[in-house]
Amino acid sequence: MSTRTVEYMVTRTPELGADGRPIRMPVLPQGMEPELHGEHMLINIGPQHPATHGVLRLVLELDGETVVKCTPHIGYLHSSFEKLGEYRDWNQIVPLTDRMDYLAPLIYNCAYAMSVEKMMGIEVTERCKVVRLICMEMDRIFSHLLWIGTTAIDIGAFTVFLWTFQERERIYNLHEALTGARITTSATRIGGMMADLPPGWIEALRHFIATLPKTLDEVETLLTRNNLWIGRNRDIGVISGENAINYGLTGPNLRASGVPYDIRRDRPYYDYETYDFDVVVGEHGDCYDRYLVRMEEMRQSLLILDQAIARLPDGPINVDDPRVILPGKTDLMSDMESMIHHFKLVMGGVKAPAGESWFSVESSKGELGMYVVSDGGSKPVRWRVRGPSFINLSALPKMVEGHLLSDVITVNASLDIVLGEIDR
Amino acid sequence: MRKKSFDEALHDLESGPEPTEESGAPRGESADASSHPSVAALRGRFGDAVLHHTIFAGDEHVVYVPPERAHELLQWLRDDEAQRYDLLTDLTAVDYGGGRPLEVVYQLWSIAAKRQLRIKATLPLNALEIESVVDIWHAADWLEREVWDLFGIHFRGHPDLRRIMMPDNYAEGHPLRKDFPLRGRFSRAEQTRRSLSMAVEDFYTPDELGAAGGAQPAPGVARERAPKDGAPKSSSDAAGVSGTPGRPNDPEDWTLGTAGSAAGGTPGPEGAAT
Repeated sequence: MSTRTVEYMVTRTPELGADGRPIRMPVLPQGMEPELHGEHMLINIGPQHPATHGVLRLVLELDGETVVKCTPHIGYLHSSFEKLGEYRDWNQIVPLTDRMDYLAPLIYNCAYAMSVEKMMGIEVTERCKVVRLICMEMDRIFSHLLWIGTTAIDIGAFTVFLWTFQERERIYNLHEALTGARITTSATRIGGMMADLPPGWIEALRHFIATLPKTLDEVETLLTRNNLWIGRNRDIGVISGENAINYGLTGPNLRASGVPYDIRRDRPYYDYETYDFDVVVGEHGDCYDRYLVRMEEMRQSLLILDQAIARLPDGPINVDDPRVILPGKTDLMSDMESMIHHFKLVMGGVKAPAGESWFSVESSKGELGMYVVSDGGSKPVRWRVRGPSFINLSALPKMVEGHLLSDVITVNASLDIVLGEIDR
Repeated sequence: MRKKSFDEALHDLESGPEPTEESGAPRGESADASSHPSVAALRGRFGDAVLHHTIFAGDEHVVYVPPERAHELLQWLRDDEAQRYDLLTDLTAVDYGGGRPLEVVYQLWSIAAKRQLRIKATLPLNALEIESVVDIWHAADWLEREVWDLFGIHFRGHPDLRRIMMPDNYAEGHPLRKDFPLRGRFSRAEQTRRSLSMAVEDFYTPDELGAAGGAQPAPGVARERAPKDGAPKSSSDAAGVSGTPGRPNDPEDWTLGTAGSAAGGTPGPEGAAT
């Protein structure tokens, strides 16, 4: 009779191995239990299940507790944003973008505006560049904080969730001060921003930057050397760098597998090449490395934010181009030409010349690509979003094969998906 | 620009932008192949399979290839030592409307060489078929399913070509096509009736749970789910059901005045696609 291996764990602070990684500490040497040779079982997780981070449905084929096959079903949140976009002006699409990834809405706003600006050949002002960069780095932290909180909850640690959500609350307040909305920010416009930074905003952000590391330290104290955390994460959901590329993983998930692909470095936009920061790279491609990469990325984002605040230039935030930006209210009331521009912009919308552009930014979840095609009108012929979570999730069946049922939750959490963007 | 009447403007709201005669696939600047090393190499190796090479938005190189040779070219682009386009960033399609051919777009990135390249293959509406690239990049798996679902382009050799965004039994066609109305092909009444007649339990039978692992439906054939009593069995039936309530206790017929004409005469989705 064949047997299968079982591991037992206790809560003891683990020691570091020769390579500097904490090792898993089984209390007994690996035990054996008889193989029962049962039939495979199909079970269904979701769509309404808190650990699926939205409405993801997974159908698992199990041999005992081991996953033989995993089939994700998506589309429960499908609202066909791309089709809706074809019926909207270029500027009217901005609100659709933040409803995709509501965990990092400003990144999506900025990425969309940047792709259209690239197609139209508009160069935004220096101040706008830095403000958008601040917005994007802030939302990277925003999204990673949610990730670590919910992932810890999935694995059974509740405290982290409370701590990180307190920090997120402060970013919500910054969102609200900047745009008037906490989640659906819709902050960008073609050629600039909805509004400039309000007075005192930078000081509030400085305060946030100064105080966040304390929370991060506390979270790391709770998790990084925690034996349960290591037992649940280490060597789980391993994917090699080569496989990760082949499966199209990007962002922290790819970097945890040791591939240093970061668009901020490899295809810099908004002068990222002049900022001093490290591209965080893991080694083993397991859930534990994905955790370490994201924690360190938050600290790197804080560094970038510091530098961005230091170099924030004065000057206008919108381009001086009446084809895309509404004139000021005083001009509108006193100047005939401004009134005409205002009328044409409001009634007809921004007109983009025929052409197309594929622009991608490093979002918190991976490579966020925006592909816009225009035929010269005020509405796009095609607006395509290359969602990082969508493609990251397609690697899930490969990553959970052979793992236990409970590891499916861990691996799924470690991918950092957001269903609003997967289903679009 | 011609002035539009109020009614016409309202119609535009419903129908979206209508491409004019001269619009369509935008033409970028013609480029000479030496400006991108991979394009030069492609021209050298495949010769006339590189139909056209243009630059969009300053630095985006686009190469048009014939669809029947796309797989071969892409395979070479990934495997050749000097190219190594190992990351398939995106795979999508574009419909320009007005009966123009669809374009399949491959967005490639080489991590080692830090180069990007866009490959396009043009498919006429009566032959929406192209070789799948799942065997080259696994990332194409869901991307091709999405393009099949939303555009109706069939990928030959794809291991599991099912709908991904829309429900498996969705019978209204492929939503991102330009001839697909924003609110769907069926009337509101018919859509409501269909969603009411779906039984949730049907999705959790062993058959359904194992759907992805079992025998694959031939592409172009929507999988049959056992119809409930009175539920329309196919889209052609659906056009004529407005008089017969679907359920014994149908509270109200939602049929609007235009319901019949909206659904009537609409060919099945796959009929339009193939």
